[in-house]
Amino acid sequence: MGFLRTLDCQTVVEVTSRLCREANFVLEPDVLSAIGQAKEREVSPTGRDILAQLEDNASLAARDRIPICQDTGLTVVFVEVGQDLRLTGGSLEEAITAGVRDGYQKGYLRKSVVGHPLVRENTGDNTPPVIHWRLVSGDRLKISVVPKGAGSENMSALKMLKPAEGLEGVKQFVVDTVSVAGPNPCPPLVVGVGIGGTMEKAALLAKEALLRPLGSANPDPVLAEVERELVDRINALGIGPMGLGGRITALAVHVLAFPTHIAMLPVAVNLNCHALRHKTAVL
Amino acid sequence: MSDPRRIVLPLTDEMVAELRAGDRVLINGRLLTARDAAHKKMVALLQQGGRLPVDLKNQVIYYVGPTPAPPGRVIGACGPTTSGRMDAYTPALLATGLKGMIGKGFRAPEVIEALRRHRAVYFAAVGGAGALLSRCVKAAQVVAYPELGPEAVHELIVTDFPVVVINDIYGGDLYREGRRQYAVHQ
Repeated sequence: MGFLRTLDCQTVVEVTSRLCREANFVLEPDVLSAIGQAKEREVSPTGRDILAQLEDNASLAARDRIPICQDTGLTVVFVEVGQDLRLTGGSLEEAITAGVRDGYQKGYLRKSVVGHPLVRENTGDNTPPVIHWRLVSGDRLKISVVPKGAGSENMSALKMLKPAEGLEGVKQFVVDTVSVAGPNPCPPLVVGVGIGGTMEKAALLAKEALLRPLGSANPDPVLAEVERELVDRINALGIGPMGLGGRITALAVHVLAFPTHIAMLPVAVNLNCHALRHKTAVL
Repeated sequence: MSDPRRIVLPLTDEMVAELRAGDRVLINGRLLTARDAAHKKMVALLQQGGRLPVDLKNQVIYYVGPTPAPPGRVIGACGPTTSGRMDAYTPALLATGLKGMIGKGFRAPEVIEALRRHRAVYFAAVGGAGALLSRCVKAAQVVAYPELGPEAVHELIVTDFPVVVINDIYGGDLYREGRRQYAVHQ
């Protein structure tokens, strides 16, 4: 057995803190490019004007290092831990939590977390984050910080369909979810869809689907076709930027699928606003 | 798109009567902020027969929880939050003389009916444009419920704060009308 690569938890704190700030200040190039293309394609003058304001907002936020949106989110963190990596100097979960605390403090980000969903007192430092763990091969640590705002998360939905409802049932549920949401989740949206697995697996797939770069093709040709049709059907709803009417309601639909039970067809729809914020580091 | 009209608060009945769904408006003057927790407290106070910590007569409430102001700035990002969460509380506040609200997203039918009854208007600002909107805020201070942190009631002095009328007193609804105009029937 060889020597394990080591990584100090203090590095994890610093990197997580930086990712929290960067994710909230700077939109990724693929998101900016998608908003730019939407502006070219939108037929509503009001819609085009709103998309131009979103571009201005993104430049201003990056330049002045202020948040793109005041809802700097509940901090969702996807972590991939290489099984050959040895962490030193503390617990990884505590290090990520400390990084969130530090990033939200130093970045003047809003503290939007209540410690108990029924008692509802603010924790004051935006912790705890929601962490999704994955153990992978290798000796690296990959951290993706995804601040998730409530406006779009609140309009997300999950349904356990009957297998007989099939592909059309899935598509109709996705379109209906966007239609019911209307202006609330801040369209134009990125729509993450998870199909299959169990209830919680479908929900997690829907969130993971949001992280695929915008403009990239789904490697599964069946799902790629489903995505194309869903984008067209969603944009035919007429909701438009900010719900004021227009032909660009979705910037993209991303679908992930997983094997499921002979008697199940779970489908989850995770809506994200136009400000699809995420930053990743590999240590 | 017509040119935006500039208005100076407070909002009077006469001004409300002139606003129609779809109008773009630049708001100037003093806004009050309140969201979930402040609404809950204010309505509880009214139910107990108490007096509100701020007078809402002819005022406009902006549904926002800003990010903390970094050094050298008046306020952080300050875009609108989803209005529907305030629906349960809104008719009670309209009854005290509140004349306008700024947020984003659908209002409940009871709120739309209360807007007509109390002659008030619902505006939307661009959601997710928190950095851009912060430039319209010239001064900010907490005026009630400081213990609520980002949910405290702030007074904001704004210049040419851009909004659009969603629901007017005549039953106009821009979300419904805009969508109808651009929907493609398949």
